[in-house]
Amino acid sequence: MDLIVEGLRKAFWLLVTLDPEVIRITLLSLRVSGTATLLSLTVGVSLGTAIGLSQFHGRGILVSIVNTGMGLPPVVVGLFVTVLVWRNGPLGFLGILYTPTAMIIAQAIIATPIIMGISLAAIQQLPVELRLQILALGATRLQMAWVLAKQARLPLLAAVMAGFGGVISEVGASMMVGGNIKGYSRVLTTATVMETSRGNFDMAIALSAILLLLAYLITIALTYVQQRGRP
Amino acid sequence: MPLVQLADLRVERKGGFALDIPSLEIGRGEILSLLGPNGCGKTTLLLAIAGLLPRRSGEILFDGERLPRALFPLRCRRRIAMVFQESLLLDATVWDNVAMGLRFRGVGRNAMVDKVTENLERFRIAPLRDRPARALSGGEARRTSLARAFAVEPELLLLDEPFASLDLPSREALVEDLEEALRRTRTTAVLATHDRTEALRLSDRMAVMDAGRILQIGPPERVMDCPAGALVACFMGVENVSPGRVVARKEPRLVVSVAGHEIEALGELSVGTEVTVSLRPEKVILSPCDGHQDNDLPMRIQRIVPMGPYHRVYLSGPFPRVAIVSHRDMEEQRLRIGQVVRVSFEASKVHLSP
Repeated sequence: MDLIVEGLRKAFWLLVTLDPEVIRITLLSLRVSGTATLLSLTVGVSLGTAIGLSQFHGRGILVSIVNTGMGLPPVVVGLFVTVLVWRNGPLGFLGILYTPTAMIIAQAIIATPIIMGISLAAIQQLPVELRLQILALGATRLQMAWVLAKQARLPLLAAVMAGFGGVISEVGASMMVGGNIKGYSRVLTTATVMETSRGNFDMAIALSAILLLLAYLITIALTYVQQRGRP
Repeated sequence: MPLVQLADLRVERKGGFALDIPSLEIGRGEILSLLGPNGCGKTTLLLAIAGLLPRRSGEILFDGERLPRALFPLRCRRRIAMVFQESLLLDATVWDNVAMGLRFRGVGRNAMVDKVTENLERFRIAPLRDRPARALSGGEARRTSLARAFAVEPELLLLDEPFASLDLPSREALVEDLEEALRRTRTTAVLATHDRTEALRLSDRMAVMDAGRILQIGPPERVMDCPAGALVACFMGVENVSPGRVVARKEPRLVVSVAGHEIEALGELSVGTEVTVSLRPEKVILSPCDGHQDNDLPMRIQRIVPMGPYHRVYLSGPFPRVAIVSHRDMEEQRLRIGQVVRVSFEASKVHLSP
């Protein structure tokens, strides 16, 4: 119990004193996961909406692949990205292994199916007649997709929360492709793993508390946007 | 030139033919009503005309332009608006909903304000302009969806059961406002409805559909009084329908044998022709005294069903079986169950379809 209390006290102290290392780790976590979520949002919502509005052969198989992707293990993604950007790998020439860029790519791959799957379900749950009604009022297909996405904004924001929550908390892929390099690619999750393995439980608890607080604050902000104007 | 022309239109839904229309023309400024039972193809026809449903074969011409089988080009779709059976409003304010079609068209702010305001007032929902659409009652939502359609000033307006599931006062008021809006804007409209009184009131022509086909099309009075067959008769509320046969000619009348009686009717059919005889129940005259008209038959009153200002009177004979009598006539003639009355009707009111 003392361990937990001490950890929380230390977390509070680190935050209050604006510990430079903690601030750097926190900001990098936000930058990596935020950028990855934005990328996933763009790709996931667009493709999810497109699949949700389309009819084609093999659609069912594609939807099942997307749904499977929602549970993609981060270590598998980490392995895949590592192989891809490894010195001799297909994208080795980019030289991005053990950089935040590689972490963003890995996290985006994790979050995209989550956001795509939820977007797809959100668009599909809107009545088919609504699509026809929008077209019948003179909308282009793009205008229709935009209006439908706005109508599905509640589940779409849930998709953003799920995507962000998935990547800010993942550790496997970030560790594998980022390398947990101090001052360069160390984020809250990888730092927590490292401190725990060293037996620095108070620091690990402090970092975890910051991670939880961060996730909570961002979710609160998104929830506010989502629920704004609800009766 | 008609605004819309359909030729050999065939639409398939769920593997079967949902629509088979050899020919249909809709004139400019005309209001055409589509009547028929559920699943008869009214909505499918509206969707096909709107270009929202791919057709299997046939042609659709809008303002002389031949249209593709799939989604119509935007320039055509923007001359048409459709109101669905559900209000299908967006999760936004009433104003935003009414402005939606104008925003799609990139209409400027001032013009948009004018058009939205005009239609909010036209459908008496101006006080609700800032209210969220999800907080509207059924009647208000319906008015909003109509205002939204009128705001884009369509040349062709397709209305799918616009008064469905409204209470009677709301329905009456909305029919009146829609009628006013249609007449004032001279918009060509196709109205799908179950209600023949709405169709009678609003339309220039009426089409009765069944199983994806148009059974009869023509002026409302013609379709009401001269149904082309038992199915149309049944849907148009002609409850006295019976098979018969022309047995003699007494120029200018025909003598028709119906259910053991001989009645007189007008027509140009030859003796021996098998016909469907139909007679609207409101054309049947009941009188306790001796009849003085054509087709004078004695019958017993079996049942009387009050229907507000009218009474539906069921008779003992197979033809006519039902008469509709005003409340005043009922009181004046003191009609009651079991009473034997003289049943008469003018020969000109009997419709014979071979």
